[in-house]
Amino acid sequence: MRFLLTDEQREFARSLDALLTAADVPSAVRAWAAGDHAPGLALWRRAAEAGVFALAVPEAYGGVGPLPVETAVACGELGRHGVPGPVVESLAAGVLLGSVGGAAAKEWLPGIASGTEVVSLVVAGYGPYALDADAAGAVFVVAGDELRVVRDPGEPTPSLDPARRLFRPAEGGEVVASGARVREAARAAAAWATFATAAQALGCGEALLRATVAYVKQRTQFGGPVGSFQAVKHRLADTLLGLEFARPLLYGAAVELAGDAPGAGAAVAAAKVAAGEAAYAAARTALQLHGAVGYTEELDLAWWLRRARPLRDAWGTPSACRARVLAG
Amino acid sequence: MELAQTARTEALRAEARAWLRAHVPARPLPSLETAEGFAAHRAWEAELHGGGWSVPSWPEEYGGRGADLFGWLAFEEEYWAAGAPGRVSQNGISLLAPTLFDHGTAEQRARVLPPMASGEVIWAQAWSEPEAGSDLAALRSRAVRTEGGWLLSGQKTWSSRAAFADRAFGIFRTDPGAAKPHQGLTYLMFGLRDPGVTVRPVGRLDGKPAFAEIFLDEVFVPDAEVLGEPGQGWRIAMSATGNERGLTLRSPGRFLAAADRLVELWRAVGDPADTALRDRVADAVIGARAYRLFTAASASRFAAGAALGAESSLNKVFWSEYDIALHETALDLLGPEAEAADGPWAEGYVFALAGPVYAGTNEIQRDIIAERLLGLPKGRR
Ligand SMILES: Cc1cc2nc3c(=O)[nH]c(=O)nc-3n(C[C@H](O)[C@H](O)[C@H](O)COP(=O)(O)OP(=O)(O)OC[C@H]3O[C@@H](n4cnc5c(N)ncnc54)[C@H](O)[C@@H]3O)c2cc1C
Repeated sequence: MRFLLTDEQREFARSLDALLTAADVPSAVRAWAAGDHAPGLALWRRAAEAGVFALAVPEAYGGVGPLPVETAVACGELGRHGVPGPVVESLAAGVLLGSVGGAAAKEWLPGIASGTEVVSLVVAGYGPYALDADAAGAVFVVAGDELRVVRDPGEPTPSLDPARRLFRPAEGGEVVASGARVREAARAAAAWATFATAAQALGCGEALLRATVAYVKQRTQFGGPVGSFQAVKHRLADTLLGLEFARPLLYGAAVELAGDAPGAGAAVAAAKVAAGEAAYAAARTALQLHGAVGYTEELDLAWWLRRARPLRDAWGTPSACRARVLAG
Repeated sequence: MELAQTARTEALRAEARAWLRAHVPARPLPSLETAEGFAAHRAWEAELHGGGWSVPSWPEEYGGRGADLFGWLAFEEEYWAAGAPGRVSQNGISLLAPTLFDHGTAEQRARVLPPMASGEVIWAQAWSEPEAGSDLAALRSRAVRTEGGWLLSGQKTWSSRAAFADRAFGIFRTDPGAAKPHQGLTYLMFGLRDPGVTVRPVGRLDGKPAFAEIFLDEVFVPDAEVLGEPGQGWRIAMSATGNERGLTLRSPGRFLAAADRLVELWRAVGDPADTALRDRVADAVIGARAYRLFTAASASRFAAGAALGAESSLNKVFWSEYDIALHETALDLLGPEAEAADGPWAEGYVFALAGPVYAGTNEIQRDIIAERLLGLPKGRR
């Protein structure tokens, strides 16, 4: 047993981290929330060049995947840096179309893999909203055994995280596939979406913890850093515990997904519960330990604070995921 | 020990219920954290005052009804159950007014209280400073003696709704040479549009321009704006923090009504098979009941002559954590739909999130509980 990332996987993480650290992600997030997608899409292209969107697309369609471990690495980095956009949805659409095959796969997958196509995805039973549909060339909608493509985003609904733009996909659109294979493909795609969301949540939680640790070292009250008070230390220690025990669940689920193991669905669900709850707890702690400044929009931290709760609930609420864990 | 209320309290309750039924706006007002909502809420305060319900516990001469604490609690239950708007005048009514009753002059009470009750003058609390949050005694803004009054300089921050309010109350350093940080402070009132005052709104987590920073550059305030004795600001200010943490800021009525709405939501969308969520809904009902009875016991102690003490820290931790748990339960009931921010639950959730930070953070409150109520040794601070 060797339950560790390989050197190449670590190098992939490092290069994504370097790329995103150099880019000004917070200002892209602000623009995205205001409906200006240009800086976010520029980030998207950089991530695509680094290979991120090819990870879930089969080789036959121009991808390198599906590669769950690398996907966890990539989504963790994107989540940690707060990259906006339907990242999870585009990756999961890659899995969906790769598994459906046929004309739709030929038409869309090469563009998804290369990052020239940004798409969103809704699977009935996994939440009502098409994330960032206004930035996407198409929204794939699966209901029952029918796969439709909807091109008109409609009107956005305000979101707890303004940089996650929510749309209810319109009725109609073009039916591009149907039958039992759609149902099966949708199940696989939803599992990937759940998994990729868990990875993003973990990254989001890491960013919140890191920022908070830095803040409490530097903020002084009562003549010393607030990080020297035991109540503050204990909350941060608990935050680290939550995240560090979510991480092995995430990578364990990646291994099971890669091997198409029968228990992969339950493993993904377990990872989602742990990562989603740990990230949300990290957000609550970050807000508390920053004091009032954490409750303002002025700090970039606000974007991570507002994202943690939606990531916890998107593509499988903790309750739905717990039910899946027990269903096996 | 009994739970029955006096006939006087029940009569007040019935009268309030009838009035509220006839007057509460049919649609919720826009958020009071926005300019538009602030104006709508100010108009509501005036209407409430016209009906005689703005400050039921104040003496009649200032626009109240002279209700006792139990009458006020009953009124609050009716107020929130009726779905009436949040109180934009809350900082003045629950923080400044009690201080004026205890430490103000007759002239100050006559001048300040009636327009506060009618919503004509809305007050902001200007205590915190960039370097003085939990450690409030580290505040640096100063008031320098001048002829007939004081000149205020410095910076205040995190002042709720100061962007739209009219006046503010705060503590200022009047004796920089005092031996201890808590000494040489003076409690003063000033106008937010006085010459030398600059107010800069600070967007909240949800982007609403609610609170603000206040910059003061030699702002003149006459002696009549000093509350209590100069140099006694800390003691006077602390006599009001108990009110803030305790029941006047968050009366049980608010949570009883919220728990009722949560039960309605659960009946409408809850999955009977999800017993974990059902249990949390039940816990919200139990928590509201516990808070109501805890408050009844405190009120009974006050009625018997006891003073408000460190128990207000128990109140603060309880209601702030309860409020978050209740709203998280509502969001969990809504499931993935909860991400949409346009509903009352989402707005209530964002508001609740700040509870463990303001009115003294919960870390500080737990220290007070441990030291003053449990008698544990004082930590290093
Ligand atoms: C929504 C909102 C409204 C507000 N409205 C007003 C207002 O109207 N007027 C006003 O004057 N102020 C207002 N405040 C400010 C509020 O009073 C302060 O935020 C609060 O006192 C905490 O100070 P701080 O934010 O500077 O946090 P800090 O004091 O910097 O604390 C940071 C963290 O360190 C912890 N900490 C600090 N000291 C200790 C210790 N000794 N032991 C353990 N932990 C410690 C704190 O608990 C917190 O978690 C408001 C704040 C919010 C969020």
